[in-house]
Amino acid sequence: MTMSLAASGLVKSFGARTVLEGIDLRVEPGEIFAIVGPSGAGKTTLLRCVDFLLRPEAGTILYDDAVAPSDLAARIALRRRVGMVAQNPFLFRGTAAYNVSFGLCIRDVEGEELTRRTADALQGVGMAHLAGARASVLSAGEAQRVAFARAAVVRPDLLLLDEFTVNLDPSNVNILEAAVREYNRSTGATVVLVTHNMFQAKRLAGRVALLLEGRIVEVGPVEEFFENPRDPRTRAFVRGEFAY
Amino acid sequence: MAGDIVQITALSLLVSGTSTLVATLIAVPVGTLLGLREVGSGRLLRNILFTLYGLPPVLAGLLVFLVLSKAGPLGPLRLLYTPLGMVIAQVVIVTPIILGITMSVVSTVERRVKDTAFVLGADRYQLSVTVLREAAAGVLTAIMVGFGRAISEVGAVFIVGGHIEGQTQVLTTTIITDIGQAEYSHAVALGVILLVIAALIYSLLYRLQERTLA
Ligand SMILES: Nc1ncnc2c1ncn2[C@@H]1O[C@H](COP(=O)(O)OP(=O)(O)OP(=O)(O)O)[C@@H](O)[C@H]1O
Ligand SMILES: [Mg+2]
Repeated sequence: MTMSLAASGLVKSFGARTVLEGIDLRVEPGEIFAIVGPSGAGKTTLLRCVDFLLRPEAGTILYDDAVAPSDLAARIALRRRVGMVAQNPFLFRGTAAYNVSFGLCIRDVEGEELTRRTADALQGVGMAHLAGARASVLSAGEAQRVAFARAAVVRPDLLLLDEFTVNLDPSNVNILEAAVREYNRSTGATVVLVTHNMFQAKRLAGRVALLLEGRIVEVGPVEEFFENPRDPRTRAFVRGEFAY
Repeated sequence: MAGDIVQITALSLLVSGTSTLVATLIAVPVGTLLGLREVGSGRLLRNILFTLYGLPPVLAGLLVFLVLSKAGPLGPLRLLYTPLGMVIAQVVIVTPIILGITMSVVSTVERRVKDTAFVLGADRYQLSVTVLREAAAGVLTAIMVGFGRAISEVGAVFIVGGHIEGQTQVLTTTIITDIGQAEYSHAVALGVILLVIAALIYSLLYRLQERTLA
């Protein structure tokens, strides 16, 4: 299953500081969409609004062209179709397998299916051998792989990834990028990827958006965005930020 | 002599165990809900709670005595000078302790625990359970501290229980009356039992914490 996502006029401030100054964006069902932008631009804030953790002051977010329902049960059902891997993910106390099974347990998956899906998800990120390891002893890369498996195992129709490979070595990056491609291919789910890393955006995304100072500056297909950007700010950003 | 020691010890454990259990059933859910609440609305409750937290056990005993006494509102139930009356007095003492510690450990569980569970699709009830699970070591400590307070408490059980031979004598009250009657070896025997119970409880607590931490 899949989901479209659209934001219009989205405004979010913290105190006197306006972080999102009117975001307009449309992500098509099934695409891998990257959002790039400098640190502090509001990328995480945008994802947290989409995933119901923050309430924007103005504007609307449409999930499959409808606003989130106010009815509690319907809202939970919608929330459960949207998954996210947070920047610096938090793992619950317990084993890697416990963490991965969390979302399944919450959705009343049990018995053989629970065991199988948990094992498969760990396998998919090369973590099968550490299923029984305590979360607190995992390395940063292992923890990030568990966090990805935990988000993907419940098969969200919209998967939000916030700097999901930051600080990882190239082989861990490869494992996770392959897992994202495989997830997108096999489920048809929509993926929104936030990254500083423009090479990652190039490798994974079909379309890319630049978020600068709370506004979307440019959106375009990946080749066009990087090879032939229309906005001078995109040109500057693409040229200037090749720190990786 | 050995027979009465067994009986006294058993009653101590029964009364304190029951009151800790009842207090836990009240305090852990309520403390979790209050701890989850972020601002304001729980403040009055918190203040009341911290007053109770510092309530001297003797005063709690007096209060329960008045409520249970013949002229009191619960007089007709005839609970004064019964083990059940002692349980009520200890519940009054122990509940605020367990509640206060639970509330504070739950409220210090990282915001990220809640956010993570929420993003993974948890509803309100599942959120509370998840936070409680992360706070499990602290909540266990709260329960153990509550039991420790109950079993070592003397004033309230003396007032409400009346220290009636073969009926409402517990370890702490007997130690006091023993000393009054110069029964020192009996008092020391009971003291050792009290110490052993405390040591057992705390080693159990320690082991549970070891297992639930990390
Ligand atoms: N809860 C908050 N309270 C106050 N300010 C906040 C809060 N959350 C974010 N901000 C501010 O909003 C701005 C945007 O933050 P955000 O985390 O969205 O940036 P980002 O684009 O994800 O940056 P990075 O690439 O470094 O992760 C920052 O300046 C940050 O300080
Ligand atoms: Mg961020």
